[in-house]
Amino acid sequence: MSEFLLLLLSTALVNNVVLIKFLGLCPVMGVSKSVDSAFGMGLATTFVITLAAGASWMLDNWMLQPLGLGYLRILTFILVIAAVVQFTEMFIKKASPGLYQSLGIYLPLITTNCAVLGVALLNVEQKFSLFKSLLYGFGSALGFTIVLLIFAGLRERIALARVPGAFAGSPIAFVTISLLALAFMGFSGLNV
Amino acid sequence: MIAAILSLTLLGAALGIILGVANKFLAVEGNPLVDELTAMMPGSNCGQCGFPGCSGAAAAIADGSAAPTCCPPGGKALATAIAAKLGLTVDLSGMSDDGPKIAVVSEELCIGCCRCSKVCPTDAILGAAKQIHNVFREACTGCSSCIEKCPTEALAMKPVPVTLQHWVMPKPVAA
Repeated sequence: MSEFLLLLLSTALVNNVVLIKFLGLCPVMGVSKSVDSAFGMGLATTFVITLAAGASWMLDNWMLQPLGLGYLRILTFILVIAAVVQFTEMFIKKASPGLYQSLGIYLPLITTNCAVLGVALLNVEQKFSLFKSLLYGFGSALGFTIVLLIFAGLRERIALARVPGAFAGSPIAFVTISLLALAFMGFSGLNV
Repeated sequence: MIAAILSLTLLGAALGIILGVANKFLAVEGNPLVDELTAMMPGSNCGQCGFPGCSGAAAAIADGSAAPTCCPPGGKALATAIAAKLGLTVDLSGMSDDGPKIAVVSEELCIGCCRCSKVCPTDAILGAAKQIHNVFREACTGCSSCIEKCPTEALAMKPVPVTLQHWVMPKPVAA
């Protein structure tokens, strides 16, 4: 039990997918202007990453490896991820039109979020079991959501602050997220 | 080889069927009027109306928060068509529209900077760096996004030229 808890903690905080592995930076910079849409984006990405991690594990272990088709891994994973994202988009459009409006173009762009493909490929590389893959996916997505939420909160404050003209807009956002990455480096002392 | 082809085909077909079924169950009934208006718009999403794309403008026109005249590329023809569809009367005097226009590059001024081709929503401008650009008349929707990007004022909106391939018989005057 503690092993699973440690895996979750280490993927969410210590080996954070955004700030330590530098995957999925586009949505973090793009959808972090307000906490509300950041939360929605985090939930949608969590759903996609967890589902894609499970589905790609099943495909890899039950179809690609028995048939010796390891070289098709990236192709099949992208196919599955695209289908899962399409499904998520339909679901959100049905369930929450407001969220669908606020996510806008970034919702179909989850397909090209390299965190999704990265987690699926890292699962294969580390030869996890199905449950561990799901947990790894969920932990990574949790880390992604945490960073997205913290960063959106910071940016809402920055929007009210007086930023020097040369730093206004994206530059101050990049400075902020690098400081956030430094702060997350502190979790590497957890030793899990 | 055959295993690879078969497995990918099966996977694609299975995912397609799942998505197709999901599309049926998760279908959202939109406003049919908005869909019809969207079909009437130019569809290049040039953004000159201030709404996010043509479907956004169609939704705003349908709920009355935007005037039918809000689409510059559509011009008078589109405004009259939308007004007839919605049963509105529109004031066309504000629209400076003398028929459909397309962007035209004057070759002696173009320096081949590619700035216009980057903003074109329909990819109607061809040309590489330091090569004189040109406009595909079939693809140009006349949104004039490219005009202000040109550093040498080589682009201008001109009435659609009549050529032998594009000439049509004028409509007969009603007696």
